[in-house]
Amino acid sequence: MAPLDTGIGAAVRRREDARFLTGRGTYTDDINRPGQAHAYILRSPHAHATIKKVDIKKAKSSPGVIAVYTGEDFKPINGVPCGWLVTGKNNKPMIEPKHPIIAEGKARHVGDPVAVVIAETKAEARDAAEKIDIDYGALPAVVDMKAALKGGGKSVHDAAPDNLCFDWELGDKAATDAAFAKAAHVTTLDLVNNRLVPNALEPRAAIGDYDKATGEHTLYTTSQNPHVIRLLMGAFVLGIPEHKLRVVSPDVGGGFGSKIYHYAEEALVTWAAKQLGRPVKWTADRSESFMSDAHGRDHVSHVELALDKDNKFLGFRFETLANMGAYLSTFAPCIPTYLHGTLLAGNYSTPAIHTNVKAVFTNTVPVDAYRGAGRPEATFMIERVIDKAARELKTDPAELRRKNYIKPEQFPYQTPVALMYDIGNYGATLDQVLKLSDPGGYAQRKAASKAKGKLRGRGIASYIEACGIAPSNVVGSLGARAGLYEAATVRVNPTGSVVVFTGSHSHGQGHETTFAQVVSSMLGIPMESIEISHGDTNRVPFGMGTYGSRSIAVGGTAIHNAVNKIIAKGKKIAAHMLEAAEADIEFKNGKFTVAGTDRSKAFGEIALAAYVPHKYPLETVEPGLDETAFYDPKNFTFPAGSYVCEVEVDPDTGVVEIQSFAAADDFGRIINPMIVEGQVHGGLAQGIGQALTEACVYDKNGQLQTGSFMDYCMPRAQDVPNFKVAHSVTACTHNPLGVKGCGEAGAIGAPPTVINAIVDALQEYGVEHIDMPATPHRVWKAIQDAKARKR
Amino acid sequence: MPTVKMTVNGKAVSAEVEARTLLVNLLREKLGLTGTHVGCDTSQCGACVVHIDGKSVKSCTTLALQAEGTKVTTIEGLANGEKLHPMQEAFRDNHGLQCGFCTPGMVMSAICLVKETPNPTEKQVRDGLEGNICRCTGYHNIVQAVLAGAKAMRG
Repeated sequence: MAPLDTGIGAAVRRREDARFLTGRGTYTDDINRPGQAHAYILRSPHAHATIKKVDIKKAKSSPGVIAVYTGEDFKPINGVPCGWLVTGKNNKPMIEPKHPIIAEGKARHVGDPVAVVIAETKAEARDAAEKIDIDYGALPAVVDMKAALKGGGKSVHDAAPDNLCFDWELGDKAATDAAFAKAAHVTTLDLVNNRLVPNALEPRAAIGDYDKATGEHTLYTTSQNPHVIRLLMGAFVLGIPEHKLRVVSPDVGGGFGSKIYHYAEEALVTWAAKQLGRPVKWTADRSESFMSDAHGRDHVSHVELALDKDNKFLGFRFETLANMGAYLSTFAPCIPTYLHGTLLAGNYSTPAIHTNVKAVFTNTVPVDAYRGAGRPEATFMIERVIDKAARELKTDPAELRRKNYIKPEQFPYQTPVALMYDIGNYGATLDQVLKLSDPGGYAQRKAASKAKGKLRGRGIASYIEACGIAPSNVVGSLGARAGLYEAATVRVNPTGSVVVFTGSHSHGQGHETTFAQVVSSMLGIPMESIEISHGDTNRVPFGMGTYGSRSIAVGGTAIHNAVNKIIAKGKKIAAHMLEAAEADIEFKNGKFTVAGTDRSKAFGEIALAAYVPHKYPLETVEPGLDETAFYDPKNFTFPAGSYVCEVEVDPDTGVVEIQSFAAADDFGRIINPMIVEGQVHGGLAQGIGQALTEACVYDKNGQLQTGSFMDYCMPRAQDVPNFKVAHSVTACTHNPLGVKGCGEAGAIGAPPTVINAIVDALQEYGVEHIDMPATPHRVWKAIQDAKARKR
Repeated sequence: MPTVKMTVNGKAVSAEVEARTLLVNLLREKLGLTGTHVGCDTSQCGACVVHIDGKSVKSCTTLALQAEGTKVTTIEGLANGEKLHPMQEAFRDNHGLQCGFCTPGMVMSAICLVKETPNPTEKQVRDGLEGNICRCTGYHNIVQAVLAGAKAMRG
């Protein structure tokens, strides 16, 4: 049998598309349970207010209403837990106030739930909610992080009078200060990493269902990690043991991090379904998503880079304020620390690095991981300050980077900020992106732009990310309250078809295709014989889910290891059937063969023998062919790359148009290049969105100014260019597939690339920096301000 | 409650609806056609696009009663048995979808775009999809899919 053309490395068309293209996907809101009631959540219109009185009398007698609950009803119930304990300077643990399901006595952000109505229809629940009379005592809101830290009687939580959640540092401060003291040149920069709203296109939804006869709860939810929800909600909020709680995440319409977390609404519908003896469904409106989904980014930073006389980097120094919002979301504290501080070496062999991060409570929606999660913020600081340094030193920004890259022969490379990079070749992706982006023709293109009255700029940036989170013992020592392995069961059916149960969750990534390719390659059976099952805690043995570009590196490896157990057992069975020694059995292209002979058994024959064990080594081998593997990664994986962007700026209007975008990435070994390129495109668009259009804006009173798609500018097809994408490969050294992960790269590398290009375009005005998003107004104003300075 | 009658995917339907019932709610909740999605509440995202008498319309901004007497086509009504519409096929061939949530609206809009502009340029495709938001694909492959779908539809 020839090797299959659907194996590792083939651009196989996606299997999941058949249902999505014909309207047969099953998203949470598509599910309706018999007797289902509908929940509508009344949310605080105030950023900060005491809730003096909630009068629900009129609402209770409104047509169709089944129940109305307030914070009082949820007081005995635990709040939503935080999954990561960060310990700051002097061993001081973070401040971790209760995050109630329904606000208790105080609302802390616009959108904080204050009451819930459950009615026969959603419209009736909404109508009734309008009849709830709440007496709020408005309090001054804390919005700006610098002002928040001054306290001054304005506190989000009594437990944190100066709104400081933690004050954390990483790196050798004395060594870094010493590096700066001897520097020939120091470049400094103040940056804002703009707050973003993830806006997966499917709004969050949850259905609670309770079976009185069995005492079993089922939660259908839009989650990237149903087992994590089962653990957090079951064990920490509602006290439901795992065997009585099933969590199902069916088709999920995008996540980008925002569907990792355990949200109050999940606990609310689960609890209410039992109270009422009826299924309860909640589906967010988009406006509701804006004020209840965890937001992303929102850092304010000061960055310093020290260089010697030969332009070698001596040290990086960072000061960052990280917004936590009003409560700690599931992974919030680890984002600006262990997924950010540890990335501050970037691609460079800088000997001394120090960072200080202060996490701040404000009267805003909680902030947590969003595509890239800490790594885009880290990369933006590094790549912007390097670009500024190159300009100040009048050196080529690509060559300044190349000069300071960690060289291929330096791997494994221990950074001064805790990580050990296993492998990479940053020069290779730089060469590749330069080739893709035609630097030789740039002068001509710039002149052509000039002739049209436009300013052309060219920007470059490199990035590294740490994916495949993570060795459990390492993250445990850093405060993670969970293990971060992945599980897989490979079940071979008697007739040789295979079902793979994976703890990874697919919500756009195409696992049903990619994972099947891995199994197909390994077992030598066609993809059609392989089913990938995910998203149901009653089917999948266990799982930590999908985030941090971990699915192929961690989930894929678990599958790989389970398949190897199948093959090992198959060899034992084959040896018996072929009357040969087990050591002499080879498995290749779907056949178990006695080495050096033509005696063999097909995979399907072995499967059948395992379930009909008539001629079978029953004394030493159990019947059946069903194996589970838990894989705990040995290290993070380290995808890296370089991007180049060219922009045209209209100096009269400030409008920026991206003319070209080239991306060269090293994701290790690639299973499906079509899917990987799609992931890069999507990440790039989100990164370009951050750089050019997207901003979540609060006014000084904590009112959300960008609460819908009318005023939060999502990138549209017109806002992004065609992308040129290429790959080079250094295989990951510590997982058997050699894979690194590709989901977040684009969102990490694109923002500094675009901003570097815009600043380059504005050189004739001497503009040194422009904050994201670089809207026409901001660009125009930067030009006007620069002109005024010159006058 | 008033009764509304229309043809949906070639089948005559009749349903009692509240005056405020939106077409998308009728399709999803009363007719079980959950392929049409709701991604926003401001008529911006286009996940709810269906065809009414051959024109693409946002069904989240159309009252069910406004569709009285019309011919409505949803994503479920595009394929001819197991044979996909050329635009559906093009989205699959060009990896023009990831999570699939925007896809039904995107495909419906794309078909209408190509009917109006049978041989569109890349820019016309990008401009024509202004009313559809995709968060996953970065649009690159959607644009390729629509160009390929247009070619296939021209035959």
